[in-house]
Amino acid sequence: MARMRSRGFQVFLPLSVLAILILINLIKGADYFSISIINGALYGNIPNILFGASELVILSIGMTLVTSSSGGQDISVGVAGAITSSVFVRLLLSSGGITWAAILAAFLASCAVGIAIGAFNGALVAVFKVQPMVATLILFTAGRSVAFLIDGRLSPILANDLTSQVGSVIPGVPIQTPIILTAVFIALFAVLLRTTNLKLYSQCVGINQKAARLNGINPVRIKFLTYMILGVCSAVAGFIAVTKAGRHDSVNLLKYVEMDAILAVAIGGNPLGGGTFSIAGSIIGAYTIEVLNRTLLRLEVDTETIKAFKAAFIIILMVIASPVVRQFAARGSRWMRDRLGGSAQAGQR
Amino acid sequence: MRRTAIIVYTASGEKQLQTPNVLEMRGICKSFPGVRALHDVSFTLRSGEVHALMGENGAGKSTLIKVMTGVYEKDSGQITVEGKAMHFRSPQDAQAFGVGTVYQEISLCHNLTVAENMFIGRGRYAFVDWKGMREKTARLLDSLGIPARPTQQLSSCSLAVQQMIAIARAIDMDCRILILDEPTSSLDEDEVRKLFSLMRELKSRGVGIVFVTHFLDQVYEISDRITVLRNGEFIGDYDASSLPQLELVSKMMGKALDDVSQIKKREVPALEGGAPVFEAQGLSSAAGVRPFDFAIRKGEVNGFTGLLGSGRSESVRAIYAADKVTGGEIKVHGRKARIGEPIQAMKLGIGYLPEDRKGDGIIAELSVRDNIILALQVMKGFFKPFSRKEAESFADEYIERLNIKTASTSTPIKSLSGGNQQKVILARWLLTHPEYLILDEPTRGIDVGTKVEIQKLVLKLAEEGVSVTFISSEIEEMLRTCSRLIVMKDRAIVGELSGESLTERDVLHVIAGGGE
Amino acid sequence: MAFRAKTVLTVLVLLAAVGAAFAAPAIKVGIVNLPPEESGYRQANVEDMNNVFSKANGYDAKQTNTGDNSEQIAAAQGYIRDGVDYLLISAANASGWDNVLQSAKKAGVTVFLFDRLIDTDAANYRAALVSDMAAEGENAVNWLLKQKLASYNVILIRGQLGSAAELGRSGALLKARDAGKLKIVADGTGGDSWSLEEARKVVEAAITAGKDFNVIYAENDGMAQGAVQALDAAGISHGKGGKVKIIGFDFNRFALRNVQAGYWDCDVQCSPRQAAEIATWIKAGKKAPTGKVFQKEIIADTATITDKLIAEKGINADPGKGVITK
Repeated sequence: MARMRSRGFQVFLPLSVLAILILINLIKGADYFSISIINGALYGNIPNILFGASELVILSIGMTLVTSSSGGQDISVGVAGAITSSVFVRLLLSSGGITWAAILAAFLASCAVGIAIGAFNGALVAVFKVQPMVATLILFTAGRSVAFLIDGRLSPILANDLTSQVGSVIPGVPIQTPIILTAVFIALFAVLLRTTNLKLYSQCVGINQKAARLNGINPVRIKFLTYMILGVCSAVAGFIAVTKAGRHDSVNLLKYVEMDAILAVAIGGNPLGGGTFSIAGSIIGAYTIEVLNRTLLRLEVDTETIKAFKAAFIIILMVIASPVVRQFAARGSRWMRDRLGGSAQAGQR
Repeated sequence: MRRTAIIVYTASGEKQLQTPNVLEMRGICKSFPGVRALHDVSFTLRSGEVHALMGENGAGKSTLIKVMTGVYEKDSGQITVEGKAMHFRSPQDAQAFGVGTVYQEISLCHNLTVAENMFIGRGRYAFVDWKGMREKTARLLDSLGIPARPTQQLSSCSLAVQQMIAIARAIDMDCRILILDEPTSSLDEDEVRKLFSLMRELKSRGVGIVFVTHFLDQVYEISDRITVLRNGEFIGDYDASSLPQLELVSKMMGKALDDVSQIKKREVPALEGGAPVFEAQGLSSAAGVRPFDFAIRKGEVNGFTGLLGSGRSESVRAIYAADKVTGGEIKVHGRKARIGEPIQAMKLGIGYLPEDRKGDGIIAELSVRDNIILALQVMKGFFKPFSRKEAESFADEYIERLNIKTASTSTPIKSLSGGNQQKVILARWLLTHPEYLILDEPTRGIDVGTKVEIQKLVLKLAEEGVSVTFISSEIEEMLRTCSRLIVMKDRAIVGELSGESLTERDVLHVIAGGGE
Repeated sequence: MAFRAKTVLTVLVLLAAVGAAFAAPAIKVGIVNLPPEESGYRQANVEDMNNVFSKANGYDAKQTNTGDNSEQIAAAQGYIRDGVDYLLISAANASGWDNVLQSAKKAGVTVFLFDRLIDTDAANYRAALVSDMAAEGENAVNWLLKQKLASYNVILIRGQLGSAAELGRSGALLKARDAGKLKIVADGTGGDSWSLEEARKVVEAAITAGKDFNVIYAENDGMAQGAVQALDAAGISHGKGGKVKIIGFDFNRFALRNVQAGYWDCDVQCSPRQAAEIATWIKAGKKAPTGKVFQKEIIADTATITDKLIAEKGINADPGKGVITK
């Protein structure tokens, strides 16, 4: 019961924001949820949202972990995805023929590169104790040039049926492939959290590194690990992004996605200073951002003012989520309960 | 300089030359929510004296100093400075009336020059007379014999010189009352000498100096008088020359020298299996504790004692590798072992409840449940998490066993009271079923009832065969639970007491005399 | 054996020396440019400069590639000190160049700007060769209006708002709208990164809102690609014979192949290849033009596109004939 309440509270805010956005969309048009089948795949607003948010969802999961363990954010996730996907494209195009096996092999290799990138950032943060944002600024600044060189100075084209099916629909499967990949990724991640102590360790390190060490946890290793996991997230996001695009554009692929990923973590109610976290919150946060973007389009907000609208919305959201307002709200609700002679649990703390 | 002398006629009619009181505090009371920090405390400081303020942790020294310097407002009582009643509302207030403070952590700007540091924040105008400032600084440094140049960057001066500069700054601001809070704790012996000669120079100029330190020898070297506080109460003020060191220690610890009645619960148990559970030789750590030997038998309760800062906590931290171990050998059950990281100690069956509960013990935002299972979970391994059900049942078991008051197992530990937080940490280690448990100040800041519970628990564990090292600032508690006490002073072991010699009197003797 | 080798070597060296003595002295050119990794456009631009101003063509050219304005200025000063004859600049930032340009003038160095203009007095440089973004937009709009559609309902997908390319390319379409020649049914942007995914969302929003449209005017090729992905997913036909006309910009080779295959309808050139024309200016000497000069840019649709055009005028990788990039 108490568990439900404490868990519930963190996810409550992003969920209610999501609900408000959906309500706005419904008011604009009652057919918001309508889904049709086009070319054998589901089509409608909801599939579009799930499709569009897939990279962001995957990145926000990794960002949540890194935030928890190191109390900082990795701003190189987009660039990392651009590098890993350039490796994927390069390997795939230089393999004999494009087969499912070749795609899988190239993808796994790009994941290995993602892990290496995570290890680089992780080493700077965990071993050399560089501020995460500063540490990842290195790759953020230099990374796209690396991807450009791996691309052979041209934007290579992935025009073939198999990768384009990964980026859109596999014939006979009624759901777009990126949506399935995202769902699989979330499921695998849930298994990872369930079969390991990653969450407990990462939270301990993020909350109190000294105490974590005195209880036998190696904080350096845990931070390192979370950055490597984020590296894998970048690789998966890069894979999805490049198969969606059908060609590798080292300049623009996954550009500015890091800011949205950090925002998703924040909207999910996770403290950006590290410690406790809720992956569910971040995932909802990521979808909230996607829905927000699409809501502004649906409301036909003027192109020039769309950014200002988004900023205002996020500021309001962050203020509502701030500890000051939360405390105020908690005090208000206690006062209400006392007035109304509320439940017996009210006083317990 | 001011140097008033009043002639006082004593009862016997003799003429005596006595210096006046620059500061008088009478009946000072100060409470914080739930805590009575100072109760009816008096303190007098004469001009031209060094007055040591002594007391153990929690005695109220720092609260008294903060009242003196206007950081806290007193609840009741009077403060008079040079005969005038004062009511300080802020440190600026206190400074304006000539009360200057130099803290242990020097609050100067490292990247500025000595002269700049001397005058920063004092000018009333935007324009600065750099030349005049430098000349004035040079004169001041010279007159006080401080080896520094006005144009030198502060960070290039040694810590001791920085401290002297902070003092000079206070003096130049016309302070007649100077408070030095632990000024010597990070200085070497030579630097201490220099600081003392500066203090003597100030004394001769009529400045009254309040000196706070935990180094007993230094107290006797420089102080004229000593005021002792204990548990927020005024114990007395004494002429340093008429208060033997032993008596000072007993006053600080609140033990009358003759009160030797105490009950020893357990004797040192016989050595089973030919080897102690744990032994160390020449162990030293980066925290600066001198190499020491140590051993504990199965079912033994022993303790490290000594004043605050004596190295008692650092010693047990070295055993657990909480600080980086720099040397020494370790044997567990007679076999050589290596402990480089806490996890290795845990795997050898050692548990450690740290002194700093907030900083080293609790994971504040995590639930009581996670805090309880943490150590056992880590020992079990990264890939083998306890199921929710297992974790719940562990938590429930120990919440009941240790009578932990919490709304639920999911309540964040930070919302529990200090005593209950401590019990959660204790539960964490009991759950690992350690062979050897180190408890550093497990009863600090805890109500009396819980204290007794924890003491009983320690003795029960020992009966069950667990070895325990117990540290407490309260000597009585140590005597009640430990069968052997290792006495520390200045980061070295100076004596070991057990059996007949394990009395309060002996402990105090060793602490005060350093075993000589 | 050894003797023969020595003789041959000596003869070769002599020949080389004679050749050098008789050849015209190389023209010294300093090129200050942005880094190739900035975009596919820039890569083609950098390569073009290197190809045209080569040793074989009688130039002694050096190129500095950086996105940092102060580094660019420092490089320009270095070239002036080295005594170059010509200084070619594509500036990272339009301001801050006055001093360098004046010192070039004093040193007798002729300055040509390419691709990007600088905020300075026109007397501070000889001439500038740039793309006319408004003309590109007009090219596209003229082509569109020539298609004689029954009605023109356009989705406009802008690039980075306020950029020269966005202002020019949008301007032409907005002018046509104001003249009543077409309707804009949705007006969106791919944002600062000219994002494919954002463009896709703009079109998806229009589709799910039930908007009727038959033209997509995307201000670069990547955004046109994203827009077409949205159409494909929604099962809306496009390209040659399809319902929706697709217009992209920049002449990426993949885009041109898509036009060639009839998957898209038209692509508008934004040429990164200014070197050849500047080379003619250098040859013209005193007769070289002054002030701002627009380069001539073309448009390619399903009827006019050829393999040769794709090879010569396209930028970035070529997916190959008949390959569609979805």
